[in-house]
Amino acid sequence: MSMNNQGRPTDTGETAPITPDFESYSGHKGLRLAEPLIHEIGNAESSGVDVPDCGDFDMALGGLQRSGKMGIPGLPEPDAVRHYTRLSRKNYGIDMGLFPLGSCTMKHNPRLNEKMARLPGFADIHPLQPVSSVQGALALMEELSHWIMTLTGMPAVALSPKAGAHGELCGIMAIRTALEARGDARQVILVPDSAHGTNPATATFCGYSVKSIPGKADGRVDLEALKSALDDTVAGVMITNPNTCGLFEHEIRDIADAIHDAGAFFYCDGANFTAIMGKARPGDLGVDAMHLNLHKTFSTPHGGGGPGSGPVVFSAALADHAPIPYVMDVGGALTMKEWKDGEADSTLGRMTAFHGQMGMYVRALSYMLSHGSDGLKQAAEDAVLSANYLLASLKDVMSASFDGPCMHEALFDDRFLKDTGVTTLDFAKAMIDEGFHPMTMYFPLVVQGAMLIEPTESESKGNLDQFIRSMRGLALEAKAGKVERFKGAPFYAPLRRLDETQAARKPILRYIPPE
Amino acid sequence: MRYLPLSEGDRQQMLNTIGASSVDELFSDIDAKYLNPAIDLPLSKTELEVERHLGRMAGKNTAAGNVPFFVGAGAYKHHVPATVDHMIQRGEFLTAYTPYQPEIAQGTLQYIFEFQSQVAALTGMDVANASMYDGSTACGEAVLMARRVTRKKDAILAGNLHPHYRAVVETLTQFTADNINALDTQPESPEAELLAAMDAVDGDTSCVVVQNPGICGHVMDLRPLAEKCHANKALMIVVVTEVVSMGAVMSPGEMDADIVVGEGQSIGNGLNYGGPYVGLMATRQKYVRQMPGRLCGETVDADGNRGFVLTLSTREQHIRREKATSNICTNSGLCSLAFTIHMTLLGEAGLQKLARLNHFTTCKLRGALQKINGVKVLNKSFFNELAIELPVNAVELVEKLAAGGILAGVPGGRLYPDGSHDNLLLLAATETVTDDDIAALVTAIEGELS
Repeated sequence: MSMNNQGRPTDTGETAPITPDFESYSGHKGLRLAEPLIHEIGNAESSGVDVPDCGDFDMALGGLQRSGKMGIPGLPEPDAVRHYTRLSRKNYGIDMGLFPLGSCTMKHNPRLNEKMARLPGFADIHPLQPVSSVQGALALMEELSHWIMTLTGMPAVALSPKAGAHGELCGIMAIRTALEARGDARQVILVPDSAHGTNPATATFCGYSVKSIPGKADGRVDLEALKSALDDTVAGVMITNPNTCGLFEHEIRDIADAIHDAGAFFYCDGANFTAIMGKARPGDLGVDAMHLNLHKTFSTPHGGGGPGSGPVVFSAALADHAPIPYVMDVGGALTMKEWKDGEADSTLGRMTAFHGQMGMYVRALSYMLSHGSDGLKQAAEDAVLSANYLLASLKDVMSASFDGPCMHEALFDDRFLKDTGVTTLDFAKAMIDEGFHPMTMYFPLVVQGAMLIEPTESESKGNLDQFIRSMRGLALEAKAGKVERFKGAPFYAPLRRLDETQAARKPILRYIPPE
Repeated sequence: MRYLPLSEGDRQQMLNTIGASSVDELFSDIDAKYLNPAIDLPLSKTELEVERHLGRMAGKNTAAGNVPFFVGAGAYKHHVPATVDHMIQRGEFLTAYTPYQPEIAQGTLQYIFEFQSQVAALTGMDVANASMYDGSTACGEAVLMARRVTRKKDAILAGNLHPHYRAVVETLTQFTADNINALDTQPESPEAELLAAMDAVDGDTSCVVVQNPGICGHVMDLRPLAEKCHANKALMIVVVTEVVSMGAVMSPGEMDADIVVGEGQSIGNGLNYGGPYVGLMATRQKYVRQMPGRLCGETVDADGNRGFVLTLSTREQHIRREKATSNICTNSGLCSLAFTIHMTLLGEAGLQKLARLNHFTTCKLRGALQKINGVKVLNKSFFNELAIELPVNAVELVEKLAAGGILAGVPGGRLYPDGSHDNLLLLAATETVTDDDIAALVTAIEGELS
């Protein structure tokens, strides 16, 4: 018998059709593994956790023991690991490729940050254990505050808001608290029509009516329109800067002065701060309150939709109204102010049960320390450079909504698809087949069929060039009338397009066992 | 800088393509006098340097796992299986965005659907949302939801509600139409707390918010309160800060709750000094369109295959703007994933055993505390938390025990700054507490009281 000296032979086989004419017995398609719900593979008795049995004892539940079936399936550990691994493979993440979701700032999430957040001294401490036993945690919050205040040029920061929208709420509540403290019952918040939906929703939450102000043809706030809308009923103005069109409001200082002249406050939505960190300070621009999204600008993971973290910086005029709790330095020892000190205390109150998203503070500070002041500025410059590179490389085949330069994101609209039959949605789905996450689509609302592209600072030139090749190719194909690859797209995703109308018409929101 | 891929050469080539002579030309919309301010912060650090810097800070904190630990009151030290933290760090979960492109987000969407199913089953309710920031903000949102459902404005907060939750509700409703009537905490008489809540209900009441187990650990039958609420067309909102309790205690749904909000941290998530956590919210089918937050629903794709999408989004701010049910734009994605993985590992049987073990451990703690001269255990009923009355100020006792390496619980003065409950101490005993921990605690308290 001769030795097998050929290793494991392999060849390309016979040329097969691209779409095979068989179904697998398992329902899987090679590495595209189908995965049922836990309810379809687990059962109430299975468990992947060994819990010691405590035998019989006298319970003291007030006679309120739970007796009925709950309907919560369990899985042994190997099956659980496999279930979630298979599910994960149906997802697209930054780790897999370019994720140009405009205004969402999908930058690289450094793993050092994850490691630091898991140090037991941060991850395994309780929000109500004595402050003497958590001095390092309070010091971390102080250091993060120092970085945030220095980068924004603002004199105060509230860390506790749990997400961007929660930060907006904190900021507008501080404004209303300040106005009420001076006996000023203003009722209106002005919001540009390009604003993110959270802005008007937040203003309403605080009991204000919302008045929309139109933008100018160059994609920026119309200063004159703003001035004419400003009067003594206006409590505040919410402006995103850089704005949702990816543009810097170059009249920002004049806007701030006009707002202040009218006795109102300037809330800046800092969702896009990544473009200007180290380059410009909102404190120099007349801002009274601004939230930062640590999960955008400072790289804490988006996690498939949270947790976020939305610290708010305040001007001197609003600082006294910051929410509790916050850290105070009392003669070198750090302590936590957790309650209002009587009626004279003008804090707006408590926004959340504890001190906010500590796990995100650790990650954000780790990002800041790693970059340093030099690296943060470089990151902002690279993000803006990359967006402008995309804009310059695509504007001859796609329709740029505004002339450059842009900030960290480039806005296109659907004029280049006119009469092709291809929509922004179709174009986005075709990008999935190209291996990219689609850009933000149909937002902002101020242009038709918006496509908002944000590459962030995390992409190499090679990645950007590949993306440009795909986008140009798709744009040219659409214009050439090759609509098939758009209309049915995506073809290469785990699922084809989903029927959202059916989902909303008869909502199925939980597993219901078959009859 | 290790996170920035562009080289100087790349940057120059890109500027050439753009037709700009310098990167600052791209920032020309920023007034030159505000551009490139001096930023007085340290320069970049290596990974090793950052680890040293943050490691020193972490080292100054007393980690729960290193000491006898009895702190609860809204956040709980539980053992989380290693699988949980491993799985949530897969980049496909960790670095994904909100699943707005469902074709490439079925992983996230399916686990949300499973999470919603688990939370609904756990709370005994019809439907649950995709999670909220935390239990306290979910509680505030529930009060607002009750006003939308009932079109009435008077909310009653029972005395057994966590004082921080009460404060959050008061903050979130201070500029809305809601009137908040917060009742007094009565650690020694949970029955009186409930009766006070029932007495406060009238035809203008939108909801009663009641916690179970209460802030002092008492487990109460809420059905009479539900009956009183429903007779007055008000909703009963039940808050559960220790979700493991629902493995042993009759669920809020079985007690006729209309909305259940909870802090889900106990399942899958560490203490993290207060966040990120995962807020739970569940309700009856008929109220689902007034519920805030994201919802995931089942549907089919173009080929007829089952899939999941975010749905009923016409409630939400990105569609409805100022008319939305809430300004919320996020859930607690990764924390809800940790919850759902841990819950799947436990399963119904495992959850029940875990709950029994927590209760068993706390029964032992109660027995030990009852033997201490001068200490009065206030609970007739409890799950895994107890309230005790001390002959001394609890803040001071806790500080002394902490200095000796024992984290004894939450003193009343920390939660009730008005001095009304200075001698009260709240203690939690989960499955992580050992007999040695209890013995050390008892010895230390006896030492301080003698």
